[in-house]
Amino acid sequence: MESQKIATREGYGKALLELGRKNKNVVVVDADLGDSTKAEYFGKEFPERFFTVGIAEQNMIGVAAGISVTGKIPYASTFAIFSERAFELVRNVVARNKLNVKICGSHAGITTGEDGKSAQAIEDIAIYRALPNMIVLQPADSVEAEKMVFELVNYHGPSYMRVHRTAFPVIHSSDYKFAIGKGEILREGKDAVIFATGTLVHEALKASDILKNKGINVYVVNISTIKPIDSKLIIELAKKTNCVITAEDHNIIGGLGSAVAEVLSENYPCKMKRIGVQDVYGESGKPDELYKKYGLDSESIAEEVTKIIKKK
Amino acid sequence: MPKDDILELKQKAKELRKSIIEIVYKAQSGHPGGSLSEIDMLVALYNHKLKIDPKNPKWEDRDRFVLSKGHASPGLYAVLADKGFFSKSELGKFRQLGGMLQGHPELSIPGIEFAGGSLGQGISFSVGIALALKLDKKNSKVYVMIGDGESQEGVVWEASMAAAFHKLDNLTAILDKNQVQETGKTKDVMDIGDAAAKWKAFGWNVIEINGHDMGEIIKALDKAPIKGKPTMIISNTIKGKGVSFMELNYKFHGKAPNDEEYKKALDDINRIDVKKFK
Repeated sequence: MESQKIATREGYGKALLELGRKNKNVVVVDADLGDSTKAEYFGKEFPERFFTVGIAEQNMIGVAAGISVTGKIPYASTFAIFSERAFELVRNVVARNKLNVKICGSHAGITTGEDGKSAQAIEDIAIYRALPNMIVLQPADSVEAEKMVFELVNYHGPSYMRVHRTAFPVIHSSDYKFAIGKGEILREGKDAVIFATGTLVHEALKASDILKNKGINVYVVNISTIKPIDSKLIIELAKKTNCVITAEDHNIIGGLGSAVAEVLSENYPCKMKRIGVQDVYGESGKPDELYKKYGLDSESIAEEVTKIIKKK
Repeated sequence: MPKDDILELKQKAKELRKSIIEIVYKAQSGHPGGSLSEIDMLVALYNHKLKIDPKNPKWEDRDRFVLSKGHASPGLYAVLADKGFFSKSELGKFRQLGGMLQGHPELSIPGIEFAGGSLGQGISFSVGIALALKLDKKNSKVYVMIGDGESQEGVVWEASMAAAFHKLDNLTAILDKNQVQETGKTKDVMDIGDAAAKWKAFGWNVIEINGHDMGEIIKALDKAPIKGKPTMIISNTIKGKGVSFMELNYKFHGKAPNDEEYKKALDDINRIDVKKFK
């Protein structure tokens, strides 16, 4: 039986609400997208701690930063793409000063679907990863999104968490423990390793089933912390398989693929293939149609793995 | 405020004008123009208005002053050193490698509440502080100084709209309207028009003064805040005020004086008659 499908943004919203009940210092800053990011669950129960700035992302970040220096814990959420509009404030006010601001970008990647190019952030990981002091997280399912929201409250510093519009299967049980900076082995293998993040974790898992039927056994690893990256695990599994594939719904420039390549090129160069959006913008369409067209679906991943294994 | 006290503040501003010149001359780098325009207001804030404790810069119940126009750091550093937030010897290491006093303010410096350098951001940051203080029902006030050139940044207006919407009557902004920006007169680069009308239309209480007249400054600061809305003090100033060749001269927005200019600048300031100065 297929497990229940829930979007990671649901996990974000649900956890924020729970956190709000437990911790009075938690506040939310919203730029008129609370219904989409699901921050509205918090807003409805705690209107006095839910600050609206209107459609003004720069001010959302500036306000969240100002709130944070008083000791409150602001979560600031909008679409991933619109957070980029405030990038220089994220850099100069939040990251430069190591302020305790939790930024959440929803509707990331081409899985955003029908809204098309303008809404499909495919460069957010790259830009936030380049900021000193910033950590970059992307949950694979709604449970992991919830755990992240809770874990972030114990982490003092700037963070960027990337969530998604589309519902994907829940792969974690409710007792799953998320730790910042730790990769998670979901499948054991020997022929290759797929490091996947976010929605592509599901495609990688399905790809491993396809490959298994062909007698190819691959590791599938969920990399939900893209910065700081779990270098130790990446090097260890590269040594075991000598064949590394990365999979992400993000431009192949600057995202997970780059992060893994950076680790391996300096520590253990080996055969590697980066699966992701090939330096192009997306378009309107259904999420699964887009994944097929842009080579992010399980079959495309299985095909790439088969090809690269032959080159080993 | 008694006349003698006002005279004392004016004397202090005169001294700190000299500090600004010394700081920038020694570093051979920095922004003298906007520091000289803001200094009278900063002296009034730090010596008359702000509830602060230089021995305990992070005192929870303090008022906050945010310098959004962070390039005018020499003026703020001069005031903070004078108040005893840090040693005056630090002023001589402004902008030098390993020195505490960075080109633009950093939060690591005692007394600094906002790390400026990128324009428009301090007022947005101040809205955040003011919201949080209100949520906790604290009496502390937030003061933020922005520039007229800075008001060309869109986020200034995003923040101004939000401050009125959230009825932030614990927030007072000061527009250091010194008329000049990096490449020329503000009215020639991008005229911000009728600033008073703009902030009134955004829902603010607006007070307009001569920002070099200590009496007017004190009166304006004592009139704010009022209940239910944020206050904007439009402080009409002259960039480079007090140094003849720097006044309204965009070339001294971000340039240090040479040896000759340094002597002339100090001469000019020494000749200021504080009784008549405004």
